[in-house]
Amino acid sequence: MVTTSPTYGSAGPAVAPRSFLSKLRNGDEIARLVTFVFAMTVVLLTVLLVYQLWINSALPRHKFGLHFFTTSVWDPVMDEFGALPFIYGTLVTSAVALFLAVPLGIGAAIFLAELAPQRISDTLQFFIDLLAAVPSVIYGVLGVFIVVPLMRTVIYPLINKPLGFLPIFKGPSYGVGFLTAGIVLAIMVIPYIISVSREVLLSVPRDQREAALALGATRWESTWKVVVPFAKTGIMGSIFLALARALGETMAVTMVVGNTPKIAASLFAPGYSIAAVIANEFTEATGPLYTQSLIALGLVLFLLTFVLNGLARILILVTTQKGSGVTR
Amino acid sequence: MSSNLRVRWRKLVSDIMMTMTGLCALISVSVLFFILGYLVYNGGTSINWAFFTQLPRPAGEPGGGMANAIVGSGKLLFAASLFGVPIGFLGGVYLAEFSGSLVASIVRYAADLLNGVPSIVIGIFAYSMVVLPFKGFSALAGAFALGVMMIPITLRSTEEFLKNVPNNLREGAMALGASKSQTIRTVIIPAAYRGILTAILLALARVAGETAPLLFTALGNPYWNNSWTQPTASLPAMIYYYALSAYDDYHRQAWAGGLVLLALILIINIVARTILARGIAVPRS
Repeated sequence: MVTTSPTYGSAGPAVAPRSFLSKLRNGDEIARLVTFVFAMTVVLLTVLLVYQLWINSALPRHKFGLHFFTTSVWDPVMDEFGALPFIYGTLVTSAVALFLAVPLGIGAAIFLAELAPQRISDTLQFFIDLLAAVPSVIYGVLGVFIVVPLMRTVIYPLINKPLGFLPIFKGPSYGVGFLTAGIVLAIMVIPYIISVSREVLLSVPRDQREAALALGATRWESTWKVVVPFAKTGIMGSIFLALARALGETMAVTMVVGNTPKIAASLFAPGYSIAAVIANEFTEATGPLYTQSLIALGLVLFLLTFVLNGLARILILVTTQKGSGVTR
Repeated sequence: MSSNLRVRWRKLVSDIMMTMTGLCALISVSVLFFILGYLVYNGGTSINWAFFTQLPRPAGEPGGGMANAIVGSGKLLFAASLFGVPIGFLGGVYLAEFSGSLVASIVRYAADLLNGVPSIVIGIFAYSMVVLPFKGFSALAGAFALGVMMIPITLRSTEEFLKNVPNNLREGAMALGASKSQTIRTVIIPAAYRGILTAILLALARVAGETAPLLFTALGNPYWNNSWTQPTASLPAMIYYYALSAYDDYHRQAWAGGLVLLALILIINIVARTILARGIAVPRS
């Protein structure tokens, strides 16, 4: 067994040429191998996740095909499963959430990045980070006990009286429904929009602002016409990220959306979402087709968030690199 | 004169809009204090010794607590860390210290993908990986789901903090004759441990409140359960079931549970971010 190489004399292990055996003796190769195995476990888990979702949703894929997405019947007794009401509910609640959260979130991000002194900005950001850590089941509890009654007594009369002629505000309110879920979701995703948008805005080079101000722009004009357009793609990224969160959010939506697999134009109507139906019916699903239809819904959800997260990452990266490219 | 008016108008618009942004920030932040205040107001009166020491009572009977759910959550988090942290940590060491760029980008991509998967889908994954083969809901299945969720955060932040260790520390250790693995073990990891520990704590805080992946893995259990292969109660799932029940007594318990859970998570967050991470930039989950 050769432990040291004779050609380099006895200059010590650090200088000796690192043959495989000497590395093995130092533990380098073992360390590399062990850590490699663990790193590969991550890849393996991800592949397994996709694989499991795929094979465990084979039954509805073969039986319904693309019909699965266009049918709005969800009848476990007759073994008929269509995903449309759930996809509709997921998209509508998320759209409402973004409609409410985007202006508020971007406004707050502008304040934190452009106006607030460093210390105040950092303190507020700390609270925003804490807000992002609040578990979704707590938002759900607050939704059930605060937003739902508020919807019945305050928000519904306020909107329905003047705007009830519009189809989206027509009909009675039961407290739970698309709008309620959208409001709760909005509150949940605001921290994500703020955090990412703030970071993106902070990466806009200083000279952009200074140039605008030097040309006589007011603070708002420099922000709105120079800084925000510069950071536009990154802010879009933060919105996509928030959308992906909203689409996949389970507990809070399940608790306030009404859990009714119907497609209704009115935002006050109760509905359902993909994540909510999985949460509610998975343990009760009888028969392989029922369970696999739910897993197929999970696959749809996975693909939706996968695409959105990918897009978001690219957009954020493009903007922050553009910023650092100019300053350096 | 008119140009003067125009300037004044523009300044006014600027001031109004900037005030509006301040208002947006204020509203967003105040949500946190509203949530905290409301939970303390509603849950504070329901927290007593029994809440931490007694089993849940059947509906209609007053009293009882969530002792089994608190212990269950502890067990789930312990097992999840045992599974998720080594994979994330050692995988992160590989990415930062050993890997070539191709393997690294594949692992990184997989981790980012895993990080974006909705928690309910992770639940389905755990169901088909653990519940189906072992033919039953169990604490292990729940822990598997939570562990998988901890991996990407731990992995990416370990990598980040190890890479932030200055190169001259590495060179210094190597120059003294240490092998690469000795350098990593005795110099680089100790230099980065505070950041890594912070990230692990934040990952733990994040999965501590997860409910969706537990619904059909750990399920729930109204009794004490000392087995790893039996359904196990957890604090978030208990809050969920109680909040949706029809009994005032259960609602009060749900508030109390919510307060305990939120307090726990916020404390971990504050400790991790302020005490441990002093002077370190904390990555966001």
